[in-house]
Amino acid sequence: MEDFDLQIQALIALSLAGDGAAYGRLLTLLAPRLRAYFSRRLSDGADAEDLVQETLIAIHTKRATYDPTLAFAPWVYGIARYKLIDHYRRRGVRRHVPLEEAGVLFAETDTEAGAVRSDLDRLLSQLPARQRGLLEDVRLRGLTIAEAAPRHGYTEGAAKVALHRTMKSLSASVAADED
Amino acid sequence: MKTDDLIAVLALEPGPTNPARLNSRIGLWSGSGALVAAVVAVVAMGARPDLTQWTGLTSFLGKAAYTLSLAVAGFWLLDRLGRPGASPWRAVSALLLLLIGGGVAVGLELAQSPADAWTALVMGRSAMTCPLAILALGALTLPPALVAARRLAPLRPSAAGAAAGLLAGGLSATAYGLHCAETAVSFLVIWYGLGVLATTVLGAVAGARVLRW
Repeated sequence: MEDFDLQIQALIALSLAGDGAAYGRLLTLLAPRLRAYFSRRLSDGADAEDLVQETLIAIHTKRATYDPTLAFAPWVYGIARYKLIDHYRRRGVRRHVPLEEAGVLFAETDTEAGAVRSDLDRLLSQLPARQRGLLEDVRLRGLTIAEAAPRHGYTEGAAKVALHRTMKSLSASVAADED
Repeated sequence: MKTDDLIAVLALEPGPTNPARLNSRIGLWSGSGALVAAVVAVVAMGARPDLTQWTGLTSFLGKAAYTLSLAVAGFWLLDRLGRPGASPWRAVSALLLLLIGGGVAVGLELAQSPADAWTALVMGRSAMTCPLAILALGALTLPPALVAARRLAPLRPSAAGAAAGLLAGGLSATAYGLHCAETAVSFLVIWYGLGVLATTVLGAVAGARVLRW
């Protein structure tokens, strides 16, 4: 477990330095831990998966609030716990979520694959067709940006910009949903 | 969408993010609010007549030192409360020290004055309007502070809102000092303090709504 802490600590440093591969690996490591954390506390697996995705998006959009002089694990745990409390609040449930050691998040694992349909399908369907097509080709079908761009009438550079914007609007619509 | 695909999309945008930029943003936004409040205090309320003289200027600066340190404590607290995993306790201790220091200063001032002067020291001439005026100016300084604070990730939105309110109240009280000619320490600590407290409460109420994420 300590190894895990060290690992994510190193990965966040690389991520903040602009290493996309390290960042992807960091989120991939965190997802099953988050899934286990939420699944144990919620009866509905789809809710848990939604929370995993919401938490990953929050980790992404709020990453500037991580103070690199502090440990990374408590920061992630704080966000996960906040999302859980927020979930109860939106459901109108008053439930006490005890404040635990951040280690609790990383002591739990869940091998179940997270292929659960979620609100993000709905969010994706709100994207303009070209952007969605590009995103699906690059991220779901595994085409390179250079391959996928002409299929949707983009130059390679424009495709990169479009992917970046798509990402932004996805985060923004999640934020708007929470209001 | 599968979680793995979401991760792939997010990973397109790793850092760099500069944590310090959040703070300069909060400083910049609340500073702009303070500037507006100062202009309103001078233009609409009128600058204190002795502001251009030595005694008036030093009185203003002394009061500003106290109210600005309250604002700084609020800023510090907001930063700590806005970052998951950061401990707010050092900032809370600093605030407590300021409040205790204020209380001690009131005690000293009253102890050194005859009992029949106490009412004048505590009530001054504007005890009733002072907190309201600070709250009114706080309505100018609080919104920009809250807007900037929306970038943070407070785990307790109302507490972070209170910290933003303390920041905004400290700034609006400083601006009000440009207008208010009261010189007693007791007046400052009690009535300015009440105005800052009111702005803090307003911040907590607003924060519970606008600082959710």
